[in-house]
Amino acid sequence: MPNLEHPAYPAADLLRLESLVPCRESQVSTLLSIFGERQHFSFPSIFIYGHTSSGKTYVMQTLLTTLQLPHVFVNCVEYFTSRLLLEEILIQLQSCSSGTEQTSPVHCDTLNDFVRLFKQAVVSQELQDQTIYIVLDRAEQLREMEANILPAFLRLQELTDRNVTVVLLSEIVWELFRPNVGCFEPFTVYFPDYSIGHLQKILSQNHPPEYSADFYAAYINILLGVFYMVCRDLKELRHLAALNFAKYCEPVVRGEANERDTRKLWKNIEPHLKKAMQTVYLREISSSQWERLQHDGGEPGQLKGLSAHTHVELPYYSKFLLIAAYLASYNPVRTDKRFFLKHHGKIRKTNFMKKHEKTSNHLLGPKPFPLDRLLAILYSIVDNRVAPTANIFSQITSLVTLQLLSLVGQNDQLDGPRYKCTVSLDFIRAIARTVNFDIIKYLYDFL
Amino acid sequence: MKPSAMSKRKLKESSAESAESISQVQKILRERFCHHFCAAGKLFGMEQQYRHLLELLRRTTVHGESNSALVIGPRGSGKTALLNHVLKDLREMTQVRENLLEVHLNGLLQTNDKVALKEITRQLQLENVVGDKVFGSFAENLAFLLEALRKGNRTSSCPILFVLDEFDLFVHHKNQSLLYNLFDISQSAQTPVTVIGLTCRQDILELLEKRVKSRFSHRQIYLMNSFDFKQYIKIFKNQLSLPAEFPDEPFAQKWNNNVQHLSEDKAVQDVLQKLFHHSKDLRSLHLLLMLAVSAVTVHHPLLTAADLQEASRQHSTDSKANIVHGLSVLEICLIIAMKHLNEVYDGEPFNFQMVYNEFQKFIQRKAHSMYNFEKPVVMKAFEHLLQLELVQPLERPSARAQREFLLLKLLLDSSQIMEALQLYPNCPTDVKQWAASSLSWL
Repeated sequence: MPNLEHPAYPAADLLRLESLVPCRESQVSTLLSIFGERQHFSFPSIFIYGHTSSGKTYVMQTLLTTLQLPHVFVNCVEYFTSRLLLEEILIQLQSCSSGTEQTSPVHCDTLNDFVRLFKQAVVSQELQDQTIYIVLDRAEQLREMEANILPAFLRLQELTDRNVTVVLLSEIVWELFRPNVGCFEPFTVYFPDYSIGHLQKILSQNHPPEYSADFYAAYINILLGVFYMVCRDLKELRHLAALNFAKYCEPVVRGEANERDTRKLWKNIEPHLKKAMQTVYLREISSSQWERLQHDGGEPGQLKGLSAHTHVELPYYSKFLLIAAYLASYNPVRTDKRFFLKHHGKIRKTNFMKKHEKTSNHLLGPKPFPLDRLLAILYSIVDNRVAPTANIFSQITSLVTLQLLSLVGQNDQLDGPRYKCTVSLDFIRAIARTVNFDIIKYLYDFL
Repeated sequence: MKPSAMSKRKLKESSAESAESISQVQKILRERFCHHFCAAGKLFGMEQQYRHLLELLRRTTVHGESNSALVIGPRGSGKTALLNHVLKDLREMTQVRENLLEVHLNGLLQTNDKVALKEITRQLQLENVVGDKVFGSFAENLAFLLEALRKGNRTSSCPILFVLDEFDLFVHHKNQSLLYNLFDISQSAQTPVTVIGLTCRQDILELLEKRVKSRFSHRQIYLMNSFDFKQYIKIFKNQLSLPAEFPDEPFAQKWNNNVQHLSEDKAVQDVLQKLFHHSKDLRSLHLLLMLAVSAVTVHHPLLTAADLQEASRQHSTDSKANIVHGLSVLEICLIIAMKHLNEVYDGEPFNFQMVYNEFQKFIQRKAHSMYNFEKPVVMKAFEHLLQLELVQPLERPSARAQREFLLLKLLLDSSQIMEALQLYPNCPTDVKQWAASSLSWL
């Protein structure tokens, strides 16, 4: 493993830095060589990109605080307008240059004022011409602010004529940032994602002291085996590891198996992890609910995730209205005759229909339909007579409020309202089953 | 003293010396590469433009002529550097020394005319004179400022130079009133005023309003990066060489000889050729050289061709391929499904339902290594791709529309995906085969 070496910084600091950033040594040494000595100039702007939780923020913060380089650290999601961002940078600069915690309020509306105040703020004995680093985290938010903010930050060294470097951290690539008329190109650094070996190493580091490192490493191995194909995010994996470890240790705690009995432990934990993928991973249930479930040893079937709450009990006619709406959305208009009339003729397929046959309507999404068509289909699928009373119409409105139907177009359309059915196939099949209606027979895509 | 101790001490001294020299080298070169706009550097390939601009400004300061000009050139071609050089040489001419007032405005900082006017007042140091006065219009304010400069015991006022950086941004101000007034004064007033605009847009004249354009002198100076590859190599050598005043003579000699060797080395010329074909401007060259120079340390005191090659490789990696490298296998499968949809439907936009359908077809027919994940899990992976902006919606997603039917397009093209798959670690073979041919499993 390469040792971090740099003439300008004391070796003790570098050694401590190396221990704090496992698996990121080469990125840190690249950054160190770019930064150079304290008084030297560096690139005016550096753009660091990489996947989420690949260590960009952590490494930058650790590097700057361990080596005690003067820096300002701002998260662009937290300070989401230009005024908040500029004022925060100036406030942090005050504490940087004076060394005390006291800060006086700063008023800065525009970039013009910012440049002026910045030049005043960095003239101080403590800084002694050292490079000041302004680190902007979640820099993709800069694109949403005024158009001059991003190009100005990239050129800040030139605009203020001081020794300052702006570092942008983001997970979006630079090509999507570049403004149309071009700008000062920053130096781009890529933080590679962690490989499976790295993930194993980092996750195994926080093993609880009661168990041996090997035992925990075997557990992490099993966890990665289940989740690695789906998710490589270090934060998510760490969360899942922490939640499920208690269940993993259960056989050992109960005395049924000892630490080395990998098969038994695997058999115990595997269905549990699969269940976790459908619930906790998707945030269907909260972590505390999950832990409670494990503790009580409850049946997995009792789990009521968030999406289970979308099933509502509807009155009889509402169910038929919903079914009729689904049929109206997903069947093309010309096929209504075939499904809903007693004596229908053959449908002739034109050339246009043949060409576009492949794409089923279920792939394209629901189509809007007028109210009349909905009522026509409703009358034909309900067995007994339905009177077009206000009751029926108010049920349509309540379906819209429940967001099972959605209104398309404006309220003031003279032709009458048009709707769209926004439920999934599984949902409507469940509803149709409760009224003994075979919806598949009536859907054009399943002919 | 024992001979070994003495030689050790000498070694320590010499290594301490070279540490000091290395530090000096880094300092000089880094400043040179970061401050390309400052007047200390050299200009390459713009002698004619330099003479033109110098003559223009000399006429303003010495003879009191009013003028306006635009310096136009692509990003990084040296507009600011040229202007700074001209100003420096101008100030050294004896007649000019105390005569010229300069106002530097930048389109990025002064985003509207009010701010611009305040900045002009501040740079002319007339804040006390203006005080709390309220002016009816921009023109009145500017006329007042110019009149104020006349006071004192001068019958005529000093010539003023207005430099407008990012000139194309001033064009978007309301009514272009700053530009109108500045050009107006440069055409008509008693005060000798010169307006120099620097911009990267070639079509700048079309953006000017008719009344502004008619007051502009239509004097344009173009900087076109018009050097060929041989001159480019000379520039490379020049920019890396240490100046004659370097304190450590023998080290400077060694360094400059090394640079000479490098400029003749075939590998280095290949690297430079690649960069030259990509972008001719000197700013990119400086970026590359800065990266290479940052590898120079006490243990590695001279630059090698390998450093330059490494710098070039780092500079030109495909960032999207890097991002694809870090995706999970499920996300890669979704990208391959989208690639197939693009091929079959000729680049028409698709939605998540179609992508999921395609993925299901793969799972059912071919996959042995992929588990059939539930739809919400696949949806979460898909939303991760949306977050990374590898897939972009055609219109902003509204709260009412269903997420699965939102139309999207893929921002990667086929060849990028195939190349990224080659580098993808531990890619299951059936996924790779699926990517290579979509129809083989039919």
